[in-house]
Amino acid sequence: MAQLTRRSANLLKPFSASVSATRHLTTSDTTPITVETSLPFTGHKIEPPSRSVETTPKELLSFFRDMALMRRMEIAADSLYKAKLIRGFCHLYDGQEAVSVGMEAAITKKDCIITAYRDHCIFLGRGGTLLETFAELMGRKDGCSKGKGGSMHFYKKDSGFYGGHGIVGAQVPLGCGLAFAQKYSKDENVTFAMYGDGAANQGQLFEALNMSALWDLPAILVCENNHYGMGTAEWRAAKSPAYYKRGDYAPGLKVDGMDALAVKQACKFAKEHALKNGPIILEMDTYRYHGHSMSDPGSTYRTRDEISGIRQERDPIERIKKLILSHDLATEKELKDYEKEVRKEVDEAIAKAKECALPDSSELFTNVYKKGFGVESFGADRKELRAVLP
Amino acid sequence: MAAMLQSFGVATASVGFSDHSTKLSGFSVHSLPVIRSEGRSISGPINGTRKTGKVITKAVAAQAESPASAASKPGHELLLFEALREGLEEEMDRDPRVCVMGEDVGHYGGSYKVTRGLAQKYGDLRVLDTPIAENSFTGMAVGAAMTGLRPIVEGMNMGFLLLAFNQISDNCGMLHYTSGGQFTIPTVIRGPGGVGRQLGAEHSQRLESYFQSIPGIQMVACSTPYNAKGLMKAAIRSENPVVLFEHVLLYNLKERIPDEEYVLNLEEAEMVRPGEHVTILTYSRMRYHVMQAAKTLVNKGYDPEVIDIRSLKPFDLHTIGNSVKKTHRVVIVEECMRTGGIGASLTAAINENFHDYLDAPIICLSSQDVPTPYAGTLEEWTVVQPPQIVAAVEQLCQ
Repeated sequence: MAQLTRRSANLLKPFSASVSATRHLTTSDTTPITVETSLPFTGHKIEPPSRSVETTPKELLSFFRDMALMRRMEIAADSLYKAKLIRGFCHLYDGQEAVSVGMEAAITKKDCIITAYRDHCIFLGRGGTLLETFAELMGRKDGCSKGKGGSMHFYKKDSGFYGGHGIVGAQVPLGCGLAFAQKYSKDENVTFAMYGDGAANQGQLFEALNMSALWDLPAILVCENNHYGMGTAEWRAAKSPAYYKRGDYAPGLKVDGMDALAVKQACKFAKEHALKNGPIILEMDTYRYHGHSMSDPGSTYRTRDEISGIRQERDPIERIKKLILSHDLATEKELKDYEKEVRKEVDEAIAKAKECALPDSSELFTNVYKKGFGVESFGADRKELRAVLP
Repeated sequence: MAAMLQSFGVATASVGFSDHSTKLSGFSVHSLPVIRSEGRSISGPINGTRKTGKVITKAVAAQAESPASAASKPGHELLLFEALREGLEEEMDRDPRVCVMGEDVGHYGGSYKVTRGLAQKYGDLRVLDTPIAENSFTGMAVGAAMTGLRPIVEGMNMGFLLLAFNQISDNCGMLHYTSGGQFTIPTVIRGPGGVGRQLGAEHSQRLESYFQSIPGIQMVACSTPYNAKGLMKAAIRSENPVVLFEHVLLYNLKERIPDEEYVLNLEEAEMVRPGEHVTILTYSRMRYHVMQAAKTLVNKGYDPEVIDIRSLKPFDLHTIGNSVKKTHRVVIVEECMRTGGIGASLTAAINENFHDYLDAPIICLSSQDVPTPYAGTLEEWTVVQPPQIVAAVEQLCQ
């Protein structure tokens, strides 16, 4: 039986003192459990890792907690968008949560992650808070980017999350730059540069991969293949949808992206490989339940049967739930109660975010340049002293 | 510092001193000034004082000159590309985070010799030879800058950086803003641009007009060895992304620059020739056409004030404004195209801010809105020539 302990104020904010009575789903039990991944890994020019993954009750429960929070957050963002509190573009990650939690389980905060615009859950996985997320989505000044970035520009420098990028594929050369800096400073960390199956057809990816392989940069290119590049299915956009093979000279691994343990195994394997041998491509076979973004219903280019089929057979949260129940780590009721709690937590965060102030109008001009040496933009009558040379 | 012009063209580097007619051999001994011959790189102490000591004219030990009567002028002479290299090297010595990446910058030494010898000194990782992939290596530089490195991206020709436009505009320029100030991007993007000697349309581009609207970047254009070195150092030390525009035809300009370390202000314009009658604003290569025209104008009795604006974004409206308030007439001479060029923006800025001080409309002389033709005569007609500048000033000062 799992020991249920009072959870530390990790995800819960101080304002939620009212949420106290219910039991929280944690344990400090670290007895190893070996689980077989749903599918074997397929390798390209590399010997794939074994299907048996070591995990612990603590980890499984944390997977469930994190994924439940991410799922709930995305669904809440959906409602907020429809209520016109979130504007512009909003790309939701529900269905793909296993990639984020599996990756986090295999790496540290010193490793870097960079991704495209479907970044809310990855931000959360890197240590972002719900309040920062919702405030940024609603354009408030307490958001992670002070309300000036929006849905597509979440960043968290202190935990190695480099965003949050709107232009498809442009983040991959940046990711190789992060890996270059890691090699330059010799700090034994890796970079996970994430992109989608749509971005896999961008030329700059191959350019970046060429350079990473040339200089043995510790870059791991992660293709989150959800099979649709916006409204176009992968078989209509790519002559060769085997994205893990696209690296040619760079080894690749195809992973079931709906299985958090498989993702964890693959990321661990990839990190070890990249530190020694240079870049490797991971293809995460995953799926998104929502459309490309909130402006896309997601049903014009795929059938509802397909979506509900995947939800029934491959849903990442259901899989972890089954594992938890089969290993008697928690009861069904406890899991359901937890999900209700998560819902409450998210609702509270939204309420708090709604009360946050909009950015001041002076913020329009801040952070365009960094003030310092020779940088002040003087007006026609320069009255300010010139900056002192550092 | 007045620049001594060897030639306008892309001539081979030669060494000459006004004081000594014989060719001097280079020595790399600490206390001696290193005389520059073709491509020899500096190897004296960077931060120590470089004495203006003995200058040895003959290989055979002759009567040593006393240090006091040695080189009569302070400083050392060098060519513009060497000045860039000197600035670059000083900054790389000073800060281990500074690195260079670009095509042929390492082993080849740079297609314009700006990075000659640096790869041997700092290693292949710090002076990185990239494949021909502007988009991605510029992106790589931005990613590296996000972690704290200070990369310098060299575009072999500025025109090639059009391929990296997305990275420069969205990532370089905007990341500081969209991340709410979390990341700074201290990159320098530099390279030669401008109309050369019959290089053809695609290799004669002036990108300052395309980049000028990008929020978050600064643009500077160097025109003499003195300001090339100073602006290079300033750009490297700046926390913001800076685009440093060099010109293909100016790399072999020779000038005497100070031995002491100096850094210039990125946002300041340079007063080349003070005057009273008309303000002529220019930058980069056109400065020399303007100075040529100024000679003619002075002979005709005019007193032009020539300002090299240097900072293309933002404009140094302080210096420019003071000049306009004095002369009340403005001519802008630039190498950009007429449409949407730097001159167009500058005209608008001056009109908005100093309209009351102008006695006449601003005349803006720019290149023609055509792809640069190959034929020499046609190419000459696309850029502004000194007689046109003279005519414009005469017309303005009627």
